[in-house]
Amino acid sequence: MTVVLDFEKEIIDLEEKIAEHMKAREASAAAAAEKSPTQEGCNQREPAPSEPQRDEEVESLKKALEEAKRRVYSNLTPWQTVQVARHPARPLLRDYIAGIFSEFIELHGDRCFGDDQGLIGGFAKIDERRVMLIGHQKGKTVEENVRSNFGMANPEGYRKALRLMMLARKYRLPIVSFVDTPGAYPGVDAEARGQAEAIARNLMVMSTLDVPIVVIVTGEGGSGGALGIAVGDAVLMLSNAIYSVISPEGCASILWRDGSKAPEAAEALKLTAPSLLKLGLIDEIIMEPPGGAHRDPAATLAAVKAAILKHLKILLKISPRKLVERRFEKFSRMGRYKKR
Amino acid sequence: MGWFTRLRKKAPTPVEKEEIWQICPACTAHIFREEWVNNLKVCPKCDFHERLTCQERIKMLVDKDSFREINRKISASDPLNFADAKEKYADKLEATKTKTGLLESVVTGVAKIKKLPVVLAVMDFRFFGGSLGSGTGEKILLAALHALKHRLPYIVVSASGGARMQEGAVSLMQMAKTCAGIARLHAAGIPYISVLTDPTTGGVSASFAMIGDVNIAEPGALIGFAGRRVIEETIKQKLPDDFQKAEYLLNHGFIDHIVHRKNMRDFLHSILSYWSDR
Repeated sequence: MTVVLDFEKEIIDLEEKIAEHMKAREASAAAAAEKSPTQEGCNQREPAPSEPQRDEEVESLKKALEEAKRRVYSNLTPWQTVQVARHPARPLLRDYIAGIFSEFIELHGDRCFGDDQGLIGGFAKIDERRVMLIGHQKGKTVEENVRSNFGMANPEGYRKALRLMMLARKYRLPIVSFVDTPGAYPGVDAEARGQAEAIARNLMVMSTLDVPIVVIVTGEGGSGGALGIAVGDAVLMLSNAIYSVISPEGCASILWRDGSKAPEAAEALKLTAPSLLKLGLIDEIIMEPPGGAHRDPAATLAAVKAAILKHLKILLKISPRKLVERRFEKFSRMGRYKKR
Repeated sequence: MGWFTRLRKKAPTPVEKEEIWQICPACTAHIFREEWVNNLKVCPKCDFHERLTCQERIKMLVDKDSFREINRKISASDPLNFADAKEKYADKLEATKTKTGLLESVVTGVAKIKKLPVVLAVMDFRFFGGSLGSGTGEKILLAALHALKHRLPYIVVSASGGARMQEGAVSLMQMAKTCAGIARLHAAGIPYISVLTDPTTGGVSASFAMIGDVNIAEPGALIGFAGRRVIEETIKQKLPDDFQKAEYLLNHGFIDHIVHRKNMRDFLHSILSYWSDR
């Protein structure tokens, strides 16, 4: 199942054309290989005249593709960015775990109620550096998404994350937190078990933890459900990720009284990485490869890994006391305006 | 034609009626307006608690003339330059400021409750549904720091629909910011009492309102994380009437006490009398 975003059509057409050419070349190469032993090489050059031509065409198509990726992706509207951030082929937590971390020992359960699979965590190693990893987990298949609730955590997820963060403090481990959620789950049981209290407590405790906290918003940063594990010293965001107080659809249905006005709401909410950087709400943007993270997961993982290592190195040099002070000051400054 | 006009004109003007009578929105009892106000805007028949303005709330809670406002000039602002289909947020802000006489959805200050000095923050639902704007977060944090500096107990009375959409992620971050302030009070051993009134939902319930040393609610107050409509749409079911009411929260362990408005002042004083800063 491939998802085609309308603004990506040009890119996908070019990709398909290139793929066709490659297929044709492979086929002719195979045909040539079959022919050559019987004809003992005399007629081997028969398909050759078209080869350089084809190579040339492929080259120019590739150039056009790179150009198209760059052009389309440097001019995404906020609503298009929302669609990229939600793209099903975008790397998910488990891709980051498999590709960046050499070890992951998952730790289960909140010791109160259950084990949330929408928000997981455990000990992890990145380049021999030991960290506490937590993150929202979305799935790729329907079954996986049922298990992980599409990355919408319940209170026990936030309480498990809190338990692991306290453990990180005890073991003096930096925390690496991956954010990718539509929001905390809005369900009856979630309310009964105190979704609000669980998130509030995380916000309070995270502001006092004296170990480094690196946060990466990889896809959707959905409101309180995202912030509940995102009070970090370094809050990084992939270039096509989003981070918002409400979904554009939700905002549109309230303020525009029309859910289909989501593109307008996405624009107004300033939920893209460059806007948030300008507002001083995030610390750095991690550039995705041209054409988006879903087009080149390996390059995305490499960029995320480099960014995590860079920030861990910086943060580990800061004394625990100063770290807490710095984090407090950083969040205190958000929404503080001189003209008052 | 004149016939009908005359008839319509003769109908008793409802304006006059409203001035004398208060109809309880919960039990539809007709109460004398004066009695309603004297009863702290609580229905004497069914105990329905009407929402209060911040001035009414302060008057009801603190010793006469003891309230002194702090950070009065901090005002709501428009970091996103936000506009929806209908209007600009900046314009609506100005209109709301004029209409309510408030500059933000919270008023903060120092006061005395039965001679006990406290720092008090009171939210006002009339100002953008009491939503958590950047100015709101700033004032709630600064009041917490004032309490920290002077080692005074901190009381926040919430009345809020949650985050303020028009301020986007800036509003969201006020949740982290206010909680960081409360964390400092906890670390310093200074009391923080949260009073949740109707309604306390969304980003306010998921931040400072839920993490009091003691969480107190008014009877019948709506308290919850997700909106009722959102949940009903998610689970495709109708929710029971008492869902997310103060009594529901009490039963599920998130509220320490439900306190009638007329007893709130005494109750707060009793709780705080258990703290000694020695």
